[in-house]
Amino acid sequence: MNISNAFRNYFEKNGVGLGTFLLVVVLFWVVVLIILPQLSMLDFSFRHHLPPPEMGGPKDVYTLEHYEYLVLGAPGADTSYNVVDLGVFGRTLMAAVFVTVLNLVICYPIAYYLAQSKGSGGTTRILVLLLIIPYWINEILRAFAFRIIFGDSGLINETLIVMGLIDNPIDFIRANVALYAGLGYAYILLMIFPIYNVIESLDRNQIEAARDMGASWARIHWRVVIPYAKPGISSGCTMVFMLTAGALAAPQILGGPSSLWFTQIIYQWFNQGGNWPRGAAFAIVLLVTCVIIVLSMMRLFKVKMGDIGK
Amino acid sequence: MSKGVGVDLEDVCIRFGDFVAVREANVNIKGGEFFSFLGPSGCGKTTILRAVSGFLEPSEGRVLIGGKDMAGFGPNKRPTALIFQNLALFPLMKVWENITFSLEVQGVGKAARRKRADELLEMIALTGQGDKLPSELSGGQKQRVAIARALCAEPDVLLLDEPLSALDLKLRQHMRTELREIQKRVGITFIYITHDQGEALTMSDNVAVMRAGIVDQIADGHTIYNDPATPFVASFVGENNVFRGKIKSINGDHAIIDTNRSGDLVAKIATTAKGSLGVGDEAMMFLRPEACKIASDTSAAQNRLTAKVLHEEFEGQIYNVFLEGAQSKEIKMSLVNVGQERQSSKSDELTLEYNPDQAIVLPAGELASE
Repeated sequence: MNISNAFRNYFEKNGVGLGTFLLVVVLFWVVVLIILPQLSMLDFSFRHHLPPPEMGGPKDVYTLEHYEYLVLGAPGADTSYNVVDLGVFGRTLMAAVFVTVLNLVICYPIAYYLAQSKGSGGTTRILVLLLIIPYWINEILRAFAFRIIFGDSGLINETLIVMGLIDNPIDFIRANVALYAGLGYAYILLMIFPIYNVIESLDRNQIEAARDMGASWARIHWRVVIPYAKPGISSGCTMVFMLTAGALAAPQILGGPSSLWFTQIIYQWFNQGGNWPRGAAFAIVLLVTCVIIVLSMMRLFKVKMGDIGK
Repeated sequence: MSKGVGVDLEDVCIRFGDFVAVREANVNIKGGEFFSFLGPSGCGKTTILRAVSGFLEPSEGRVLIGGKDMAGFGPNKRPTALIFQNLALFPLMKVWENITFSLEVQGVGKAARRKRADELLEMIALTGQGDKLPSELSGGQKQRVAIARALCAEPDVLLLDEPLSALDLKLRQHMRTELREIQKRVGITFIYITHDQGEALTMSDNVAVMRAGIVDQIADGHTIYNDPATPFVASFVGENNVFRGKIKSINGDHAIIDTNRSGDLVAKIATTAKGSLGVGDEAMMFLRPEACKIASDTSAAQNRLTAKVLHEEFEGQIYNVFLEGAQSKEIKMSLVNVGQERQSSKSDELTLEYNPDQAIVLPAGELASE
C-alpha cells in the first residue's frame, strides 16, 4: 500500500474533522514538543559558552569543547581524564541498572499475582488501589516522606532501637539506602503495569499444562511465563531505567552528601553554572548512552521494538 | 489390553461453595479402555476430569488410579497427561520442544529429547516439522502435536477435554478415527470428555452420560443408544419422539402405554426399569425417528399411528418427515435415502408403524432440554 492510499484510508475511516485533529495533535506533540527541543539542545551542545552580545557573532562557531571537557576535564587539570564527572556518570548508570533490576525482582511477582487472580474480586482491587493511591501525592513530597522514614530519628531507626536490635541509628541517607528505596519506589507502577498487561493475556491452561507435565514453579516461570512476559518486562525495564537515570528530585532530596547523580551535574551547569552549552552536551551524552544501553539490552534478550508496544 | 491402568471414582462429590458440581459419582474405568464422559455443558464432566488429573481434590470420596488413592498428589505427581480443550501448546517453544517438555522437566539431555521428539513426530505423521512454531501448523497438526506432547511422558492415563471441538466437521471425523487408532496402538487408558454424542459413540468402549452432576448411565455405546436408563439419556443421546402416558398393562418384556394423545401403544420396557415399573405408573415412551416406517397395512394396531405430513427435509442420507398425529402431537420420522422418490406432500395422511422392540418405555422423568 502506498502512502497516498494510506492517507485516503485514514481519512475515510476517521472523517476529515477528527482525522485532521488527530494528525495535528500528534504532529505537534512529536515535532514541537519532542524533536525540535532535542535538536536545539543538540545544536547548543556544539556551541561555545558566550555572553549574550557575542551570540551570532564571529566567535559563535561549532565546537567539540564541551564533549572534550566531559572526557578530558578542564585544560591543564592534574588528571588526563575528567575523573570526577565520568565517575559520577558511570555510578549513575550502574545505580540505574541496579534500581531497574531491583524493581523487576520486586514487581514481577506482584504483577503475576495481580494478573492471575483477576476477577477474584476484593483483595486484588484493594491491592491495586494501595499501589495507585500513593501516586496521588507529589513526587517531591514522597521523596521527603522517604527522608523522614529513613532519617536518624525516623520510623525505621526508632523501631530498630526500640526492638533493641541496634544501639545507634544507622545512617541510611549516607549509605544511599534511602536513595535506592526512593528511586525504586518512584517508578514501581511503570514496572508493574506493562508486565501485568502481558501476563493477563497468558492462557492459564498453559501454566496448568506445564504443571501437568511435572514442571516445578520455577521452571513454569522460566520456560512459560517469563518468555511470554518478555515484551512487558522489557517495556517496564526500559521506562524504569530511563527515568531513574534521568531522575533529579529523588537524588537531590535523598542522596547522601558524598553521592552526586549525573543529572545534578547537568542541572548545575544549566542553573548555577549558567553554561547552557555544557549542560546540553552532558544531557545529550546521557541520553545517547541510555538509548544505546536499552537497545543493546533489547538485542541481547531478543526483544523487537514492535513487541514493546504490546 | 494389559498395559493400561484403571481409574476408579468412589462416591466422588465435588462442591464449589453451595453448588454441587458432581454428586456421588461411582465410575470404574478399566485399564486400556477408551472411556467417555458425555453430557451437556455444565453437567460436571470437566470437573471430574480435573479431579482425575489432580487440579482439584474431590470434596468427598476417592479417586484411584491403578488402585492407588490419589489424595494429596498434585497434577505433576500423577501418572496422567491432560489434553486441553484449547490444546495449550506453548506458543514460544518449537514443536519438538513442546512435545518433549515433560522430558526436559525430568532433566533428559537435549540429544535424547530430540531423538524422542523425532520418533513421536513420525508417529503423528509430522516428520521434519519439529523446528516449526505451533503457530505455523494447521489446526489438525496442532491437535496431533498436543497428543504427542501428552504421550511423550508415557502416562498411564490420557485425559482429553473436548480436544476436537475447535475443528471443522471433516477434520473432526478424521481425528476421531486417528485418536481411536492411537489409543489402540499405545494401549493406555483414555478418558474423553465431550458433549458430542457422535464422538462418544464412535470412539468409546464405554460411555458415562452425565446430567447436572449425576452420572445417569454407564454402558457401551449400543446400550446407551438402544436401551437408555433414564429419560434424560434417551432424549440427550440421539433423537427421540416422546410419548407421555400411563402404563396400562405389562406383558413380559413389553408394556402397553395409554398415551395422552396417541392412544394405546406398545413398547419394550428398558432393562433398568424392569420390575420397578407397574401398571398405572406415569411413563414415557421413546420412539426414534429412524425406527418409524410407513405401514402398508393401515388397520389400527398398538404399534401403528396415523399422522398428517407437515413438511419434509432432505438431509442427504435421510429424509426427515415432520408429521402431526392426533391432537397435534408432533412426530418425526427419518427414512433412509435408498434412491426412492419421496414426494409426500403436505396434509397427506400416513400410517406409521414400528417394531415394538425398538420403542423403549421408562418411568417418567426429566428430559434433556434442547
